[in-house]
Amino acid sequence: MFAYYLDLALRSLKRNKLLTALMIVAIGFGVAASMITYSVFRAVSGNPIPDKSAQLFTPQIDSWGPQQSFNGDGEPPQALDYTDAMALMHAHAAKRQTLIYPVQMTVMPGGDRSLPINAYGIAAYGDFFPMFEVPFQYGRGWSGTEDQARAAVVVLSEAFNRKLFGGADSLGHEVNLGGHTYRVVGVIRHWNPQPRFYALFGGSDFGQPADFYMPFTRALDLHIGTAGNNSCRGKQTARGWDDYLQSNCVWINPWVELDTPAEVARYRNFLEGYAVEQQRAGRFNWPPNVRLRDVTQWLAYMHVVPPESRIALMVSLGFFVICLVNTVGLLLAKFMRRAGEIGVRRALGASRREIYFQFLIEAATVGLAGGLLGLLLTAVGVSGVGLLFEPQIARLAHVDLSLIALTLGVAIAATVIAAFYPTWRAAHVQPAWHLRTN
Amino acid sequence: MQIQPILAALRQHKAGTVLIALQIALTLAIVCNALFIIHQRVTHLSEPTGIDEANLFVIGNQWADQSSAQQVDAQMQADLATLRQLPAVRDATASNSYPLVGGGWDDFITMTPDQVQKTTDASVYFGDTHFLDTLGLKLIAGRNFRPDEVAPMSPHEVVTPPVVIVTRALADKLYPDGSALGKSFYAMSATPTTIIGIVARLQRSEVDTWSRPYAYQALIWPRRLDGTVGTNYIVRAKPGQLEAAMREAKQGLIAQNRMRIIDPKDGVLSFAQVRHRAYDSDRGTAILMGIICAVLLVITGAGIIGLTSFWVGQRRKQIGIRRALGATQRDILHYFQTENLLIAGAGVALGAILAVGLNLWMMKQLAMDRMSLLYVLAGVVVLLLLGQGAVFAPALRASRVSPVEATRTV
Repeated sequence: MFAYYLDLALRSLKRNKLLTALMIVAIGFGVAASMITYSVFRAVSGNPIPDKSAQLFTPQIDSWGPQQSFNGDGEPPQALDYTDAMALMHAHAAKRQTLIYPVQMTVMPGGDRSLPINAYGIAAYGDFFPMFEVPFQYGRGWSGTEDQARAAVVVLSEAFNRKLFGGADSLGHEVNLGGHTYRVVGVIRHWNPQPRFYALFGGSDFGQPADFYMPFTRALDLHIGTAGNNSCRGKQTARGWDDYLQSNCVWINPWVELDTPAEVARYRNFLEGYAVEQQRAGRFNWPPNVRLRDVTQWLAYMHVVPPESRIALMVSLGFFVICLVNTVGLLLAKFMRRAGEIGVRRALGASRREIYFQFLIEAATVGLAGGLLGLLLTAVGVSGVGLLFEPQIARLAHVDLSLIALTLGVAIAATVIAAFYPTWRAAHVQPAWHLRTN
Repeated sequence: MQIQPILAALRQHKAGTVLIALQIALTLAIVCNALFIIHQRVTHLSEPTGIDEANLFVIGNQWADQSSAQQVDAQMQADLATLRQLPAVRDATASNSYPLVGGGWDDFITMTPDQVQKTTDASVYFGDTHFLDTLGLKLIAGRNFRPDEVAPMSPHEVVTPPVVIVTRALADKLYPDGSALGKSFYAMSATPTTIIGIVARLQRSEVDTWSRPYAYQALIWPRRLDGTVGTNYIVRAKPGQLEAAMREAKQGLIAQNRMRIIDPKDGVLSFAQVRHRAYDSDRGTAILMGIICAVLLVITGAGIIGLTSFWVGQRRKQIGIRRALGATQRDILHYFQTENLLIAGAGVALGAILAVGLNLWMMKQLAMDRMSLLYVLAGVVVLLLLGQGAVFAPALRASRVSPVEATRTV
C-alpha cells in the first residue's frame, strides 16, 4: 500500500507543478535558514568539556566593593587580583586548583628560522592539565614541585611543536621564549575546547589554541604581564611590577575541581570565610560577596553566546514557522481540490485512516524534497557563513552527519505536522455530497 | 463594492482565510523587526571615526627582544624616524591602540579624586606630538602637545600626565557649559590632569554595546607606551599613495631592524580593513536579515497567489453566475482585490501587535532597543501592497471567467 500511496503522491505533486515547487522551495529555504544559523549557534553554545563541566568551578571574590561592581549589578569582578588568587592557591582547599592568564611571547630565531615568530601561551599551575583533561602526545605536564621551584619548563601544542621541531618528540629540548630558555616537558595533542571557558577573562571567547603552556610562577618571576584583560578600580598608584601585583587590578582566571556536592559546599564556605577574614582585616569594607560557578553557569554568566547568533537563530526559526504556515495553506488548497477523488475513494470503502495515511505520505514526500533542497542550501550557506558572522565564530560552523540528519528530519517532521490539518479536512470529506455534485 | 457578500463567502473558507491572515501577520512581525535590525546595524557601521581613514594604515609590531623598556623606547623612536622619512608617508605615530581596533585601554573619569562613582568612561590613547597630524584630527580648541610634554612610560607604571587632549564629546560630558579648555579632571589617579586641547571627533578603540553610552569619549596622553610585547604604528600616507606607503613602511621597518614580528597576514592593515573587521558581525547580521526579509516576502506573496488561485478555481461557477446576472469583469476583479484587502487588513492588524510584542521580547532577552512604530507602519504598507500585487493575477483570471460557466454543472 505504501508504494501505491507514494505513486499517488508523486502523480498528485506532478499535477500542479507550480504549487508543489512553491511548497518545496518554502520548506527548503525555511529549513536551510534555520540550520545555517543553528550550526553557528550550536558551535558557540556547546559545552566545551561535557564530562567534567559540573566538577570545574571558578571562584569569584568581591575585592572592589558593591559600588564599583562591573556592570553596577553587585556581582564580584570576573577575575581575581594577585592577592586573592595567591591566597586561594596557598589555602589549597580543593582537590585540584590552577590560576590562568594568557601571555604573548616571541620565539627567537634558531635552527633553520632566520626570523623571530610570535607565540600565544597560557601561564598556569600544573593542575591545569589533569583538571581540563588535556591529552598528551609526548611527555606530561609539570608537577606541583616544579610550580614551587618556578621551573623553566614548557609544554608545547602539537601545531607549535610541528613549527619548531617538525613534529618530532622534542622532550628535553630547549626553546627560547622572549629571551629566556625553557625545557620542553610535554607536547599535547590537538586540544581546543570552544568556547575557551578556562580563560574567558583574557582574550577571545573563541579562537585558536595556545601555542605553549608555562608555569604561572615562572611567568611572574619574569614580570610577564597578561596578554588578556586587566581591569582596575579607584586610584592607581603602581610604580612598577611589584606595586602592580599589590593593586586591585583583576586579571587572573582561577579554577578549582570539586567532585561532590559536599566538596562544593565546603569550598563555598571556605570562600565566604576568606572574605570574612579580609573584611575583619580591613582589606574589604563590605560584607562577603563571593560566587562559585561551574562551567555551564560561567558561560551563561559571561554571555559567551554572541547576541547576533541568538537573534539570527530566532529570526530564522520565525521564518521557518511562516514557511510552514504557508505550506499548511497550500496543502489545504491542494488536498481540497481533490475532494471529489476522496469522495470516490471513501465511497469505494477506503477508511478515514487510509485517507490520512495517503495524504500524510504525500506531505512527507514534499517534506523530503524540501529537506533535500534545504540540505543543498545549508551546505552552500554554511560555507558562506563567513559573510554573516565574525571569522573566528564562522570558522566553528560545519556540516556534519548530525546536521544532515537534523535537516532532513526537521523538514519531513515539520511538513507532516503542517499536513495534519489539511489531511484531517480531507479525511472528513463527505463522500455522498461530493459524489452527488460531481 | 459591498463588503457583506465577501464576508459571507469568506465564512465558507475559514481555514484558508485564517492561514493567509496569519501568514501576513507573522511576516509583518518578522519583516519590521528585521528592517529595524538592519537599519540599526547599518547606521552603526557607517558611524564616522573622525580620522583620515582613506589615507591611514596601521602596523602591528611585536618586539623580538622583550627584555628592556629602555631598549624598546630607543627602537620605537628609531622606527618612527624611519617611517616619517619614507617618500609616500606624510606622518607616523606610535600608540597602544587606534579607533575600532576592538578592546584597548579605558579609564574611569571623575571630577574629584575621592569620587567613588565614575562621571564617565574614556578610551585612552597614547601619542606624541605627531598623533593629531597622523590621524588627521581637527583641533577645535587649545593646542597640541609640546615635545617636552611627551615622555616614555612603561605599562606597569601608572603616572597620570599633567596635561591631556580630549575629544569634544568627552569635554562636553565633563563640562556641559563648553568651558572645558584649561579645566581638569581625574583619571583613576590622585593627581589631576588639565585639558590643553580639544579635538572635534575621535572614535573609541572599541564600539561594543557596553561602550555605546560613552561613544566618542576619548583622551590622548602625551606618552610613548613602552610595552615590551609590542606597539602599533599608525601611519598616514600622502594622498593617493596608500598602497605604496604600506609596502614601503613594512620594508623600511624590517630594513631598520629585522628582530621584530609583523604578522604576514594581518600585520599591516589599511584602515578600510580595520573598519571592515570591526563591523563584521553588524554587517553579517544586516545581510542575513536582508536575505530573510526578501525570501519571506517572496514566499508570502507566492502563498497568496497559490491560495487565491485555488479559490478562483473553486468558485468558477459562482463567478459565472454573477457574470450572467450582469456583473462586469471589473466587478469580479474588485471583488477579489477587496477580499484580499480585508484578509490582509486583519493580518496586518494582528501582525502589528505581534511585531511590537516581538520587539519587546527581544528587548528583554537580547538587549535590543525599542523599535520605532514607523517600521511597523512601513511594514504594513509593504504587506498590503504585496497582497494586492499577489492577488492581481488570479483576480484577473477570475474576471475573465465567462458567464457560460454558470450553465455548466461541473
